[in-house]
Amino acid sequence: MKARIAAAPYLLWAALFIIIPMGLVGWYAITDMDGNLTLDNFSASMRFAPVIGSSVWLAIIATGICLVIAYPLAYMISRKSGIGQRTLILLVMLPMWMNFLLRTYAWMTLLENNGVINRLLGMIGLGPYEMINTPGAVVLGMVYNYLPFMILPLYSVMTKIEPLLIEAATDLGCSPWETMKRVILPLSLPGIATGITMVFVPSVSTFVISVMLGGGSFMLIGDLIEMQFLGNAYNPHLGAALSLVLMAILLLCMVITDMFSNPEEKEGLLL
Amino acid sequence: MNNTNTLISLRGVTVEYDGVVVLDHLDLDIKDKEFVTLLGPSGCGKTTTLRIIGGFTEPSQGDVFFDGVKINDVPPYKRNVNTVFQRYALFPHLNVYENIEFGLKITKLPEEERKKRIKEMLAMVGLSGFELRRVNQLSGGQQQRVAIARALVNHPRLLLLDEPLGALDLKLRKEMQIELKRIQQQLGITFLYVTHDQEEALTMSDRIVIMKNGEIQQMGTPTDIYNEPINAFVADFIGESNIVDGVMIEDYLVEFGGRRLPCLDGGFGKNVKVDVVIRPEDWEICKPENGQFRGIVKSSVFKGVHYELMVQAPGEEEEWMVHTIENHPVGSEIGLILTPDDIHIMNKMSPEEEAELVSALEADSILEDGEESDEE
Ligand SMILES: Nc1ncnc2c1ncn2[C@@H]1O[C@H](COP(=O)(O)OP(=O)(O)OP(=O)(O)O)[C@@H](O)[C@H]1O
Ligand SMILES: [Mg+2]
Repeated sequence: MKARIAAAPYLLWAALFIIIPMGLVGWYAITDMDGNLTLDNFSASMRFAPVIGSSVWLAIIATGICLVIAYPLAYMISRKSGIGQRTLILLVMLPMWMNFLLRTYAWMTLLENNGVINRLLGMIGLGPYEMINTPGAVVLGMVYNYLPFMILPLYSVMTKIEPLLIEAATDLGCSPWETMKRVILPLSLPGIATGITMVFVPSVSTFVISVMLGGGSFMLIGDLIEMQFLGNAYNPHLGAALSLVLMAILLLCMVITDMFSNPEEKEGLLL
Repeated sequence: MNNTNTLISLRGVTVEYDGVVVLDHLDLDIKDKEFVTLLGPSGCGKTTTLRIIGGFTEPSQGDVFFDGVKINDVPPYKRNVNTVFQRYALFPHLNVYENIEFGLKITKLPEEERKKRIKEMLAMVGLSGFELRRVNQLSGGQQQRVAIARALVNHPRLLLLDEPLGALDLKLRKEMQIELKRIQQQLGITFLYVTHDQEEALTMSDRIVIMKNGEIQQMGTPTDIYNEPINAFVADFIGESNIVDGVMIEDYLVEFGGRRLPCLDGGFGKNVKVDVVIRPEDWEICKPENGQFRGIVKSSVFKGVHYELMVQAPGEEEEWMVHTIENHPVGSEIGLILTPDDIHIMNKMSPEEEAELVSALEADSILEDGEESDEE
């Protein structure tokens, strides 16, 4: 009984902010402008398959790059002394204290055709290079903005790996590389899964980065959804259907990563 | 040991942490196939010595030789040494079988051979049937046995064991002692063993090394160390002892507790102050009037195999600890006799050494003999 009373505020919160909005999105998705039930919105969504595909593709690339950068970095930080760890983690989080839009604007001025980088390159007789308004710039924006979300969960599982375990592996004949493969990597799998989710989810649904760094020359699913609600293509019904498709993709991605990180199922991951 | 090849040598090995000397110019030679035990109080540098040999700690001075080759700069994974860690260090993401298999996989031993060896190991440590258990679902003693199996299964030239039986009950510990000794001889592995348990050290070792404050006090066979401890610290550490002040009157004659008795030691000079050590089990009990010493039994504690009596003569300061198979009731008067070879003479300790011994003694009696604390 007590537990139920204690849970009441949360249930209310959940009803107000999760269930009702979800219901509305669902309702919009299966009705048309006149309020008739229909599945047209979903079939219309399928027309945007290339947009969805390129969103997922760019997000996968960005997540992959984040993982490759963050993994050695997080490991290095986790092996430092107490003060060293705290300082470096602070540095990792520092950019996050700045406004998201501001950070992305900063990259615009850097990457522009007559931006800082091209001017510097010009001084040594190179360029100018077309950097802004390319998929590369969008991926760069994603990596830059979401990298800390990869580093933090990795760092937090890695600090829990006792140095003694690494010594034990070395004692049993593991070179540094084999220690990484046989001990550190398996023990950091849960951090990898969390990091992937935390970078992939915002990357696949972002709409600001692609507008600012991609110059609107190509569209991501986030931009598409935004246009249906706020843009000139006003069609909240289609937007709702697209949102549900996006949610389904994210859910699938989370289930897959979860399978890999579950220690009981680790036989599935052969490296 | 008829084999005289030296497997491992430490030469002047010194370890400092933030200016504090933890190992002080340690010299140690271990022969091939030998069973050597490091014995000493907590914090004396036993684990540090093993870490030097395993390659996990770098000496700030001195050299380590393996088979005559200097290995100071050889990383641990290239040394033919395995370790049973004091804190087990089992891999939490692997089950019991995979933990034991870990080292064999690295050396690429064929699957069949791996299976065979692991099966043998599991049987030896009494964990057959536990193959698929996760290690965090094991008791402390079971984890400790997995740690032993994981190191031993590799058949290294040298095995370092850091209190490998500390978490086991007495019965299991005795069984494991016999098993370890058997497998050590069967496979011809050199063991460097750390323990707090002096009985374990005495029964298992070819040689015992007594350490204190990062220095070696004495090295020798169990009999040497037990019968000829070079100082009162060693005598006390390797078994309970009566340690009293005495004066060496001349060679082969010592005075202590108000008596002059013949002994077998000489070469101390005349009228030199010494420590006299008498093992509690060396006393012979007789009728009061026949004893060299006589006294009243102040307390009697049953210790399983023997009784431990505290005997004191009225008006005398010394209180003697006596181990005997026959009980003598508290309050009765008995006589005590020593033969010359029961009396061990040692150079006097410095006052600091004495203070340390007293605190070690106190710590001992708090740890082990809680039941006696109310006897005074
Ligand atoms: N990494 C370290 N930093 C600083 N001091 C250390 C370090 N490792 C060990 N010491 C110190 O070195 C001394 C010897 O430690 P060691 O672990 O070798 O003792 P030990 O003989 O194994 O003791 P025990 O029987 O309690 O395990 C201790 O005083 C300890 O505090
Ligand atoms: Mg130790």
